[in-house]
Amino acid sequence: MRLTQGCFSFLPDLTDAQIRAQAQYCIDNGWAVNLEFTDDPHPRNTYWEMWGLPMFDIKDAAAVMMELAECRKVYGDRYIRLSGFDSTHGWESVRLSFLVNRPANEPGFKLVRQEMEGRSVRYTTQAYETDRPEGQRYR
Amino acid sequence: MTETTRSYEHPGITDPVADERAPGTLAFAKPTIAAAAATATVGKPAGSDSPPATVDLAKELAEAGVEDVLRELDEELIGLAPVKTRIREIAALLLVERVRRKLGLSSEAPTLHMSFTGNPGTGKTTVALRMAHILHRLGFVRKGHLVSVTRDDLVGQYIGHTAPKTKEILKKAMGGVLFIDEAYYLYRAENERDYGQEAIEILLQVMENQREDLVVILAGYADRMEKFFSSNPGFRSRIAHHIDFPDYDEGELLEIGEMILAKQNYKLSASGREALERYITARKLLPHFSNARSIRNALDRARLRQANRIVRSAGGATITADDLMTIEAPDLLASRVFGQQAAAGSPLSDESEETFD
Repeated sequence: MRLTQGCFSFLPDLTDAQIRAQAQYCIDNGWAVNLEFTDDPHPRNTYWEMWGLPMFDIKDAAAVMMELAECRKVYGDRYIRLSGFDSTHGWESVRLSFLVNRPANEPGFKLVRQEMEGRSVRYTTQAYETDRPEGQRYR
Repeated sequence: MTETTRSYEHPGITDPVADERAPGTLAFAKPTIAAAAATATVGKPAGSDSPPATVDLAKELAEAGVEDVLRELDEELIGLAPVKTRIREIAALLLVERVRRKLGLSSEAPTLHMSFTGNPGTGKTTVALRMAHILHRLGFVRKGHLVSVTRDDLVGQYIGHTAPKTKEILKKAMGGVLFIDEAYYLYRAENERDYGQEAIEILLQVMENQREDLVVILAGYADRMEKFFSSNPGFRSRIAHHIDFPDYDEGELLEIGEMILAKQNYKLSASGREALERYITARKLLPHFSNARSIRNALDRARLRQANRIVRSAGGATITADDLMTIEAPDLLASRVFGQQAAAGSPLSDESEETFD
């Protein structure tokens, strides 16, 4: 199951040239560009791990692409997302975020049913891969 | 820092013929291009249909706006004839490269890394800044900003600190020009575990693999750079342009001094001008002479003395704008340089630069 999250989730995966253009857009707007990675891509997991520091003092997307290449080298089997953080007053939040890398094999999510009192049922989703400990998923 | 290159003489700049030749070489923008424009209209390259067969080189030049930058370079930088000639050559090469690209004559991204060698105060940083503009106008760097660093900014304090630090700087410089001042400090031959080596390796890698993303300019004194290159052959082969910055002669230094003053709305009186001439001659003989920088320092001191003179002499009298603008001879002649000159021959090398201004 192909996971989709964030901006452009309705589009096919962005090519490197397209990623570069988006990163340059962030830089030109004065947003800090961040790279984050995870192997727990549950939609409610907002706390991905950061690759390096936020890139707020760069002028060109080539720097982002360099870091992305490094990150893919190390965590190519995980999800990587690129986000642009706007620090201006009133915004102070992420303005743009999209996936830039995904594992080769994505088993997807299962539906978990929890039976409650009075025959009521609670539903939740869980990634198949999260059964295994962190760092050993998506192999 | 010790001055090891005092005796370094440059033949090009004190030669009056070279100076006279300068206006001619500056005219690269007009006649050379006009002639080249005629020859640039060659037939279309074999095998490619889509790109245009001819290109108007003069129009290209105007579009790039390089001419303005080069003219500024001529007007605002005094002397440095060999440097200007070299920059014009590089600009011409880049322009041709650009036109070739338009015509579909494919070629690899040219290597643009440079090394600027010369004594202190000969305008290396200033020219690097202009270089960034030129490269940007011609489209060889995307942003055209200059990131100026020294060893401290690249080399870390402990194991594992250097690589991220160097990469951080490289990232900042992407799309522009990275100017490494006194680059030879990166390599310390006496300490083989020095972290500078790590920075050098990362630099070399990026210089090779990301040529279209950034241009690296190394700068420093000629002899030490020479040593640096001979112990790091990788650098020499990756640098396409070696530019040597000559020392200024007295006349040029005087012109520079007047320009510095004019920028700050000051001027020299006739006797003040003569005093500055004498100052330059005297200062050049003393150690730690750093060309334009020494002149700037001297003029800063002169402004101090001028202000002091005005405050003391004014009393109740009104002072005019002209008084406030004019640097008189006594403001310059009070310098310790003239006292030192009498005692020339005595060892002065342990004195700091400020002592003489």
